[in-house]
Amino acid sequence: MMSLTAVPLLIPLVMSFILLLARMQGIQLQRVLNLIVVTLLIIVSSVLVNNSLTGEYQIYLLGNWQAPFGIVLVLDQLSAMMLLITSILALGALWYAIKTKIDENGSHFHVLFQLQLFGLNGAFMTGDLFNLFVFFEVLLLASYGLILHGSGAQRTKASLHYVIINLIGSTLFLFAVGALYGILGTLNIADLANKIAILPVENQAVVAAAGLLLLVVFGIKAAMFPLYLWLPAAYANTSAPVAALFAIMTKVGIYSIIRVHGTLFNEDAGELAFYYLPWILALGLITLVLASLGVMAARGLREQVAYLVLASVATLLIGIGLNSPAALSATFYYLIHSTLIAGAMFLLADIIARGRGSLEDKFISAPSMPSAILVGSIFIFAAIAMTGMPPFSGFLGKLLILSAALDHAWFGVVFAVILISSLLLIIAMARSGSLLFYNTQTVTTETTQTGKPLNKSALMSVVGLLSAAVILVVFANPITDYTQQIAQQQFNSSNYIQAVLSATAITE
Amino acid sequence: MEWLIAITIGTLTTAGVYLTLRARTFPVVVGLTLLAYAVNVFLFAMGRLTIGQPGVIDAEALGYADPLPQALVLTAIVIAFAITAFLIVLALKSSGELGNDHVDGLTVDSDEEVTRLKGTNS
Repeated sequence: MMSLTAVPLLIPLVMSFILLLARMQGIQLQRVLNLIVVTLLIIVSSVLVNNSLTGEYQIYLLGNWQAPFGIVLVLDQLSAMMLLITSILALGALWYAIKTKIDENGSHFHVLFQLQLFGLNGAFMTGDLFNLFVFFEVLLLASYGLILHGSGAQRTKASLHYVIINLIGSTLFLFAVGALYGILGTLNIADLANKIAILPVENQAVVAAAGLLLLVVFGIKAAMFPLYLWLPAAYANTSAPVAALFAIMTKVGIYSIIRVHGTLFNEDAGELAFYYLPWILALGLITLVLASLGVMAARGLREQVAYLVLASVATLLIGIGLNSPAALSATFYYLIHSTLIAGAMFLLADIIARGRGSLEDKFISAPSMPSAILVGSIFIFAAIAMTGMPPFSGFLGKLLILSAALDHAWFGVVFAVILISSLLLIIAMARSGSLLFYNTQTVTTETTQTGKPLNKSALMSVVGLLSAAVILVVFANPITDYTQQIAQQQFNSSNYIQAVLSATAITE
Repeated sequence: MEWLIAITIGTLTTAGVYLTLRARTFPVVVGLTLLAYAVNVFLFAMGRLTIGQPGVIDAEALGYADPLPQALVLTAIVIAFAITAFLIVLALKSSGELGNDHVDGLTVDSDEEVTRLKGTNS
């Protein structure tokens, strides 16, 4: 049987070309094709998740070159989970873009969408550091196009910042890769880890510097303090489906930290073992404080959601920083939750903005929007899930992280920051919700225009993504079992190293 | 030769960082280009500097020049080239839409105000 491992890469790459050609037949064909492909990706990644349950590493040697001489694709449980989340989120974003006709605002939405998925899936599967850089560039180039999709001066301004900061990040990535190659002579992540374990003391400082440089690069992607300033403007000003899809982009940074740093500087690395963790924990805590202040200070709903994404990233960073199998498992659970719910929140913010007409999503009292009761109920549901109140998955995720923090030396600080910031988030969301839905004016003034009626079929994708908050709670037991397995697999990185380096090439 | 390479990388990086921190888009683009040059030379030097060695392993020769950094540099050059071109177009678009070439653009809240301000300027 042919291996399915490379399929999540091949499908989006080939389809992006086909979609480019399909453009001549009109956007309707592109839409249908894109929907079919994303659905197919969900099916393939579900199969891959199912295959990965055995705990086996599925390794694909590109060009049949044995590692570390060739590039490898490695699919373990973490990669499979990331692929599945990406494709589910993509379906939600795509459905919304089609139903609201946002994809018509520019010429190549569907092509860029598939290229974005190609870059994301590649970054989640590659086992080679330089290849990770290449996939970062692929997903960034596609994201540059997507973030500019549509028009508007504010969008251009925010995109310019986004492009420049990511270009600087790419340069730093190359410096780090070069330094690691100069000392260790390899770029395969598994082989790098082996070489670091037997590194002479005089070379440790250079490798440590390169590792921290990589942390800066991934920190830019993940929007870690002090590298988060590009995020609120970029996410708040881009079109809703793009912002929803970008909810996974910050998680690419998180994933890369877990994969690269977790493998390279594992417990066998001598003095370098987990030396980066205090940075992550401290910066995660600072990011969380600033993000919750940003949520309080936001002047519009989309900006507020962008800061909520930042808060969720910060929580994930704290989970990584705690560094125990339980904390990592909680991090993965929270990662699934926060990605899907943040995507839904961006779409919901756009629905609210459409309903409010010229005031859009600004926090100004306005006449009641069409179908306010339905939209408002969904908003309350989403806000409860996002801020981490019971009974939805946000609460469970935070609870798991907090209970994992009990054994850590910093548990007092972690508890204080997470709990206080959660309170601030709840206050801010309650305030914006009551302003948008309760504190409405009965008389229409001349300056405000009433919005468009509710687009019910577009609301479907919000409801679909939000249902994750319920599913994650109802099936909490099997899902946490799975995330515990992932965390266990991540912690035993020697198995990963062995599996990658012992994969043999297929002989004729 | 090591000194020359090291000083070249250092100078390029310094100039690149300085220009990247400028307020207008054109110096920033030039600065990013210089940084890309610096990183290309750096990557190249990471294969160690060798003279008169074959590019691929040769049974007669005593050693060989590491071919991998050359492949990495080629990839990096192509990517940096493409993204710089994209950035220049984006900078032009932003100066057209915002009415100036500052990286931070105009500090106004909405697209309508930008249109209004641009109307009074022209």
